[in-house]
Amino acid sequence: MPIVVNGQSYETDEEGYLTNRTDWNEDLAKEMAKVDNCNLTENHWEVINFLREYYEEYQIAPAVRVLTKAIGKKLGPDKGNSKYLYELFPYGPAKQACKYAGLPKPTGCV
Amino acid sequence: MLHTVNKSPMERNTLERCLQYAKKGSAILLIEDGVYGALKGTTVTDKVRKAMKDVTIYALYPDIEARGMQDRAIDGIKLVDYGGFVDLVAEHRNVQSWL
Amino acid sequence: MSETTGGVEMQEDVSGVVKKFLYVNRKAPYGTIYALESLEVVLIAAAFDQDVSLVFLDDGVYQLVKGQHTKTIDVKNFSPTYRALEGYDIEKLYVEKESLAARGLTPEDLIVPVTLLSAAEMSDLMDGQDIVLSF
Repeated sequence: MPIVVNGQSYETDEEGYLTNRTDWNEDLAKEMAKVDNCNLTENHWEVINFLREYYEEYQIAPAVRVLTKAIGKKLGPDKGNSKYLYELFPYGPAKQACKYAGLPKPTGCV
Repeated sequence: MLHTVNKSPMERNTLERCLQYAKKGSAILLIEDGVYGALKGTTVTDKVRKAMKDVTIYALYPDIEARGMQDRAIDGIKLVDYGGFVDLVAEHRNVQSWL
Repeated sequence: MSETTGGVEMQEDVSGVVKKFLYVNRKAPYGTIYALESLEVVLIAAAFDQDVSLVFLDDGVYQLVKGQHTKTIDVKNFSPTYRALEGYDIEKLYVEKESLAARGLTPEDLIVPVTLLSAAEMSDLMDGQDIVLSF
């Protein structure tokens, strides 16, 4: 099912994940979040950008446990915990944030 | 432990590597094209015979038969059917498949 | 693969019993799907908090070589993912000395730090496992 942003159509899979990672842009992320009734704040962007950097470096989307630990290492314990991340991304931090970041669903996520 | 080999020793190095890794008292089961490693008169026969002093070597008879090799198996190699294959897997704590 | 026993044992792991899992990697990275499949299974299984070791022998050592660039064959370069394993608490990576030497490689040629073992030491390691998954 394609998603349309600024008159441009982007291909996604049946769960809304972007088919071509290189298509990604910030407006696309905002549009995806809007569909989920989620308004992206600075705190959301911090996680989204972290995920994009993680993918760039390791070529995978991290499992939620790994993401939580890595966020904690980079942004401190206030942010590196499930409660904080689930409040930002109630559908599951890895799953939902990866979608907005234009990444595939984390390996092992059903 | 049980080792399985499913490729011809003339095509792959898996039988050789398996023989090198298999510890004394362990078992090796030759299946599919791996059964070519169970035969007399090949370039690996001597190596297999030597290994049989320390490890037990089995071959899956249906695979031997399918390839017309019924009369060529090295003496002392134990021929098993599918039930025997299952028993071997069940009897050993772990299995390494040399693919 | 020893998936028959592996699958049955997996159920018991819910009870908190930690088992020794060994992943045996013996294939070069792009000619067949084995290497990528192995890596994906390792990442998925990491969620089960087991005692995991990875070994690389024969052409499997080519999976870890630095400087892989796959754009021109239009296949994903998954070699950077081995560097993510540490974050998944998978820190036991072993490479067979003989396999590395036979290919003119040294540990400096590899993208991750590994422990070198001789074939004999590797054989002992394999023997002591509860579950061996072969690729």
